Amino acid sequence: MNANFLDFEQPIAELDAKIEELRHASHGQAFDIDEEVARLRGKLKTKTAEIFKNLTPWQVCQISRHPMRPYTLDYIGVMCEEFHELAGDRAYADDGAIVGGLGRINGRSVMIIGHQKARDTKGKIRRNFGMPRPEGYRKALRLMKLAERFNLPLLTLIDTMGAYPGVGAEERGQSEAIARNLLEMAELKVPIVCTVIGEGGSGGALAIGVGDRINMLQYSTYSVITPEGCASILWKSAEKAKIAAEALQMTAQQLMELGLIDKILREPLGGAHRNPHSTGIRLKTMLLNQLDELEALPTQDLLEKRYQRLRSFGAYSGH
Amino acid sequence: MNWLQKLMNPRIRTDSGNGNGKSKVPEGVWEKCKGCGAVVYRPELERQLMVCPKCGHHHAIAARTRLQALLDEGTCAELFADLEPTDPLKFKDSKKYRDRIVAAQKATGEKDALIVMRGLLKSRPLMAASFEFRYMGGSMGSVVGEKFTRAAERALAERIPFVCFTATGGARMQEGLFSLMQMAKTSAALGRLRAAGVPYISVLTHPTTGGVSASFAMLGDLNIGEPKALIGFAGPRVIEQTVRETLPEGFQRSEFLLEHGALDMIVDRREMRDKLADVLALLTRSERVA
Repeated sequence: MNANFLDFEQPIAELDAKIEELRHASHGQAFDIDEEVARLRGKLKTKTAEIFKNLTPWQVCQISRHPMRPYTLDYIGVMCEEFHELAGDRAYADDGAIVGGLGRINGRSVMIIGHQKARDTKGKIRRNFGMPRPEGYRKALRLMKLAERFNLPLLTLIDTMGAYPGVGAEERGQSEAIARNLLEMAELKVPIVCTVIGEGGSGGALAIGVGDRINMLQYSTYSVITPEGCASILWKSAEKAKIAAEALQMTAQQLMELGLIDKILREPLGGAHRNPHSTGIRLKTMLLNQLDELEALPTQDLLEKRYQRLRSFGAYSGH
Repeated sequence: MNWLQKLMNPRIRTDSGNGNGKSKVPEGVWEKCKGCGAVVYRPELERQLMVCPKCGHHHAIAARTRLQALLDEGTCAELFADLEPTDPLKFKDSKKYRDRIVAAQKATGEKDALIVMRGLLKSRPLMAASFEFRYMGGSMGSVVGEKFTRAAERALAERIPFVCFTATGGARMQEGLFSLMQMAKTSAALGRLRAAGVPYISVLTHPTTGGVSASFAMLGDLNIGEPKALIGFAGPRVIEQTVRETLPEGFQRSEFLLEHGALDMIVDRREMRDKLADVLALLTRSERVA
């Protein structure tokens, strides 16, 4: 089994391996195997389409956390001509679980803030598995205010299991850090476009997720609690995560139908990790289009629309 | 009770009691204090706003009772009382969410977990909201978020102070992302109060955790805690599982938060009315009312 593929991706992994094997073999031997490779590639495409056509919410959830899934800095690398990371909250520390900085996209100045995960052990520790502490949210707030001061639009990329539940995080006011960002983002005087690129984990995600447009990548998720957390509370067993994932309606498609997000960005066949570059290019195009729309609005209108959008969230009866 | 038992402190007294003492307590008249174990006359406990007269332990108090005790007698008018939860996700775990709503409504007599009242506090208008913890753990779904937001907006329109008492486990899972979005909605409404200079005071009572703690509970112009209330982002069990060690005594209690700078003060429930009236009078440059 290939660790970089999920259970249900194994048929894809096998075909992938076979193609690679043939291509290597062709270097040593004289006969032509192009035809066979082409046939296998076709088969790979059909098989992948077949698997991805009917993903369950739990499978989508697994893809949103896929070990090969592109992270914030990967997308920044594809989208930006230049990027200058800015560190620290000016009060306590620099939190590696959130990155942010000044970027240039198609010649335009922007501020970009996103959660950051890592693939290797050392990186995972440095990034705290993408789970920010209060200093991460306060760094994000500092950069948002910086963006406002210099009239730069703000792009956020969301990808966290949640804010870190630790002793130090509580001591330094995790709740306050998140709460403050919600309030400040609601009234930040520049356009804000938020995109869930992987996991949208509860308050830890929302703390950089209040804006004028909320997008989700096709196989990302956004939820009030992780399916595991929900399962252990309501079903008294984390093993029921699969059922909880369905009940929570956390996929992009479901949230679009509920009217809670604005746009779904389609991913390449097999998910963003099968082609990070093309996903990044699509993301860039979408973000630039949305910035064009938003920058055309006078600030007062922008803020009023943002408020009314937030105001509209809720399902209740009565007057 | 013999003379020896009388000399002992209440906790020991209960522990060394004759065993069948519990059955002798008539239902509803006597209450055993959850703090010190002393047996307290229920009407006395209610007169003290559910605070133990012996040890000062703050017991849970019904949302309605709290607001009525806070506001001047006969001035309370409930607002937005007809808002009721729906079930946008058709959520079902071991029970259907719809059934949970019905059970919670029956148990509490409330439509959802937040009660909003407008009234007078020492003759000055006040918007006040309070959580009913017995209603699904005071969890915040669409109705709680909407009522809070409307209360804030009404306070803004009338330019009257707003006080909210929280007692909640956080966002309500059964409404999924709708619940999460209430955090953003309520915080945005508070931003408008802030910009207009209308005071908002958050009183955090036992317990205040999760999505409510990480939104409007921590956004008060003043954040006031009740003694020994559990207040935090993550619940202690989750933290214990993450850091894999036992948490220190007093962790995430009001006193701990005060020490770490998250609260302005801790106020005994029996003094809350006076304290709120005093600080609001100062914030609004009004005369002090005795």
